[in-house]
Amino acid sequence: MSLMKQSEGTAKINVKDLNLYYGDKQALFDVSLNIEEKKVTALIGPSGCGKSTFLRTLNRMNDLIDGVKINGDIVIDNEDIYKSSDVIKLRTKIGMVFQKPNLFPMSIYDNVAYGPRAQGIKNKKVLNEIVEESLRGAAIWDEVKDRLKSSALGLSGGQQQRVCIARAIAMKPDIILMDEPTSALDPISTLKVEELIAQLKKEYTIVIVTHNMQQAARVSDKTAFFLNGEIVEYDVTNNVFSNPKDQRTEDYVTGRFG
Amino acid sequence: MTSAPIEKQNIGNGKSNKRKYMLESLSSKLFLFCALLSVLSLLLIVGFVFYRGSHPFIAGGYSFFDFIFGVDWVPSEDKFGIFPMIVASIYATIGALIIGVPIGLFTAIFLSEIAPKRVRKIISPAVQLLAGIPSVLYGVFGLAIIVPFLQNYLGLVKGQSLLAVILVLAIMMLPTIVTVAETAIRAVPKTYREGSLALGASEIGTIFKVVVPAAKSGIMAAIVLGLGRAIGETMAVILVAGNSLITPTSLTDSVRPLTTNIALEMGYAAGVHQEMLFATGIVLFSFILILNFVLAKISARGAN
Repeated sequence: MSLMKQSEGTAKINVKDLNLYYGDKQALFDVSLNIEEKKVTALIGPSGCGKSTFLRTLNRMNDLIDGVKINGDIVIDNEDIYKSSDVIKLRTKIGMVFQKPNLFPMSIYDNVAYGPRAQGIKNKKVLNEIVEESLRGAAIWDEVKDRLKSSALGLSGGQQQRVCIARAIAMKPDIILMDEPTSALDPISTLKVEELIAQLKKEYTIVIVTHNMQQAARVSDKTAFFLNGEIVEYDVTNNVFSNPKDQRTEDYVTGRFG
Repeated sequence: MTSAPIEKQNIGNGKSNKRKYMLESLSSKLFLFCALLSVLSLLLIVGFVFYRGSHPFIAGGYSFFDFIFGVDWVPSEDKFGIFPMIVASIYATIGALIIGVPIGLFTAIFLSEIAPKRVRKIISPAVQLLAGIPSVLYGVFGLAIIVPFLQNYLGLVKGQSLLAVILVLAIMMLPTIVTVAETAIRAVPKTYREGSLALGASEIGTIFKVVVPAAKSGIMAAIVLGLGRAIGETMAVILVAGNSLITPTSLTDSVRPLTTNIALEMGYAAGVHQEMLFATGIVLFSFILILNFVLAKISARGAN
């Protein structure tokens, strides 16, 4: 319990009583949790349990879907993100990496420079710096530095995903959301992305949705177990996996369902 | 374990499969024949037009150069110059593109990206219906509404003009451009859109920086198809063009594009005159061919 107390002091994201509806169907039920700064928080649970939906409420990506209704509070840096209307500012502060690499059909350079350019940065020197720094940060600089101007879609899936991460950190966000970032990758690429996550948490608060429980155990500091739109258990990752308090959590992490 | 599969094999062995194979090859030949029909029609039409149209230049001693660059078309005096018509066709098409492409493209973007479902359900069918209106009705509309409007508003002696042609053609190419471009834009993966928005780009920024470039080749196809419609359109154009045989120098000049020249005179033409109309058809056809080729090249480069 002392850990929980300590965590509240350094919470980056405070979620309280979050309910989300797709039309008439409720997808999240009274979700409350605090996500700690510069830690990796994993969201696990069976398909359709609401973990991706929850992740997407954090940068308001659900706004894009017709008929989504949300109530409750999500406070990031003392600002309720659903009360503020500046969704662009929110999304510059929160990077996101998707399930499948979704680089744009343009060059590697243009992909990474896309976010900064959208913020009005035009100076070539500044952009060059940002691109290099971001690609280095995503541990892919050496692999792509000689072909920055060629199409990003020529890279392998694993490389693309790391460029996606570079593209996200080019915005110098505080938080990075990852929605099953390795589900479309081979084991070696997955390993590289996981190593990268371990690096990134020194600077960023990371929230990762994963289907892979070993991955959650490997990369995360804290784990939240979602089931049917509710958080069943939220604790230090070790506890969730080796000493779960709830029977359902135990059934899930030991592979009895899901 | 071993006896069961043997019994199963016997099911198919009872009768010969000869008939099946015959039917198979017969039906594939039938399909091939149907597919060849359109190629055959194309060859027949093109061959016929080229045969008749090239005759005066090969056998009649007429100069093709004079035909293209001659400014006088007086069949009774044996003068066949279609330069004014070529210019009229080019101007009308370019003008229609300048108006029609942005409107069509913005409509397509609006329908696929911005419009709420309810709005889209009204606009989309309306645009598609526009494609189904017979072209002569466009002409009638142009003659009854656009021509008098231009006449009064611009103080023209005669409202039938290049501008009227441009406006009618721009409206006519809208459904083609909108439908094809909308499909292309809709085919852009949702993940591009999400990726861009998640990077803090605005919706409009996302549309123009990511979505539209990703749909570039489809949009090019939309423009080519719209172009084809504009340059080949005859019926609506006859009614609003004025059909004067002058090289247009302003938007308010009365014009006669290539298509209307053929349609207006083919009914009574004979001999060389008729063949010259076929030659006009060759020019028109080459026109469409070249434009298609150029735009196909552009879109191929865009796809890379």
